[in-house]
Amino acid sequence: MNILEINHMKKAFHGLEVLKDISLTVKEGEVVSIIGPSGSGKSTLLRCATMLEKMDGGDLIYMGEYAAKDEGGKSVYAEKPELKKFHHYFGLVFQNFQLFPHYSVLKNITDAPVSVDKISKKEAYERADRLLKQLGLSDKRDAYPYQLSGGQQQRVSIARALALQPKILFFDEPTSALDPILTSEVLKVIKELAEQKMTMIIVTHEMEFAKELSDRIIFMEEGIIQEQGTPEEIFASENPRIRDFIGKFKS
Amino acid sequence: MDFATILQQLGSGMLKTVGIFLWTLVLSLPLGLLISFGRMSKNRLVAVIFKFYISIMRGTPLMLQLLVVYFGPYYLFGINISGSYRFVAIIIGFVLNYAAYFAEIYRSGIESMPIGQYEAAKILGYSRTQTFIKIILPQVIKRILPSVTNEVITLVKDTSLAFSLAYMEMFTIAKQIAAAQTTMMPFVVAAVFYYIFNLLVAVVMERIEKSLDYYK
Repeated sequence: MNILEINHMKKAFHGLEVLKDISLTVKEGEVVSIIGPSGSGKSTLLRCATMLEKMDGGDLIYMGEYAAKDEGGKSVYAEKPELKKFHHYFGLVFQNFQLFPHYSVLKNITDAPVSVDKISKKEAYERADRLLKQLGLSDKRDAYPYQLSGGQQQRVSIARALALQPKILFFDEPTSALDPILTSEVLKVIKELAEQKMTMIIVTHEMEFAKELSDRIIFMEEGIIQEQGTPEEIFASENPRIRDFIGKFKS
Repeated sequence: MDFATILQQLGSGMLKTVGIFLWTLVLSLPLGLLISFGRMSKNRLVAVIFKFYISIMRGTPLMLQLLVVYFGPYYLFGINISGSYRFVAIIIGFVLNYAAYFAEIYRSGIESMPIGQYEAAKILGYSRTQTFIKIILPQVIKRILPSVTNEVITLVKDTSLAFSLAYMEMFTIAKQIAAAQTTMMPFVVAAVFYYIFNLLVAVVMERIEKSLDYYK
């Protein structure tokens, strides 16, 4: 089953075309990494897919349902109450975590399930405790974000996203703000999620990680998908731009 | 007139001073938030109107504003002013003025919030109202508390401006006694009163700041 389908996504900022024509399908359980140079439109793609930005043209389809449908070259979004439903389908992990500093770890994880999804406090707490255990954060339950390392904060933000039980989880350069040691602890968590068949799209500069974990890698440049394929295909690509890009990260 | 009598007379004025202070705070803090919303409105016309309002309130003396509020109804519309309007006029004048200052303080706090906090809340499905009340406002309050403390301390001292409408708050009484008895004593008492009042304000505000120290 296709969790996410994007057809001919276009987005421009002040006349500057950031996404030119992006089409992309993600199946249940698939892990897709998006790589590419800065300014290639990777983050904008995630922001459009998670509806933080409105795309100009194209379809956005979750679970077979249209969040936005292209009509005559323009994206027409579903009505507001209808759109709310789509927030249940995806989660997003930010580069700089964006935890709520005035909430404890536990409250960060339980507040949205309780006050948005209206599940019982008891169940939200049980979910949170399971997630904290899974992510190795049980002893941080009552801590506040400022008391945590960057790696711990990012794991909490992953737990916060998972607590809403999304069908697909997006990561926007989840380790860019972290040093190598903290990076590895976050990557380990993402790897475990991949083993549990969580559907994920990961924008990353961690080439080795993308290679090891992804079912598919997408190379983006200048607002289009230049090439996509299995890690083996991408890393063996003859495309000079890809070779050049990957080569820069290896050195 | 002995010291005890002076104190007794000033005492009734002190209650009125505290009354002006409390009424102004209770009304201008929420009104200031509403004005800051107007000031930040995406509707250009609304934003400009509120900006003008704030500019007038901050650009003219509070004493003049009090006189306008009090005498305006008569001079402008020929409405007879009753004695009971005096206190109402004072509160209206203070609230309108202080709300403008608070509005700018709220605005500075709200605009300093990282956009990522709004985005994180949106992704998690919070409504706009929930986002503001649960995520944004608590953090804004922590950020603006030092500026609010400054305003509140100024308010304590500004209450003395009510003398311009001959309202019998403490400072008005102090002036009358001083003039009638040719003594400095009422002014000394007044000074001590304002100082202690502000000491209390500082202690209370510090407590509130401390209570928000649990996060950074």
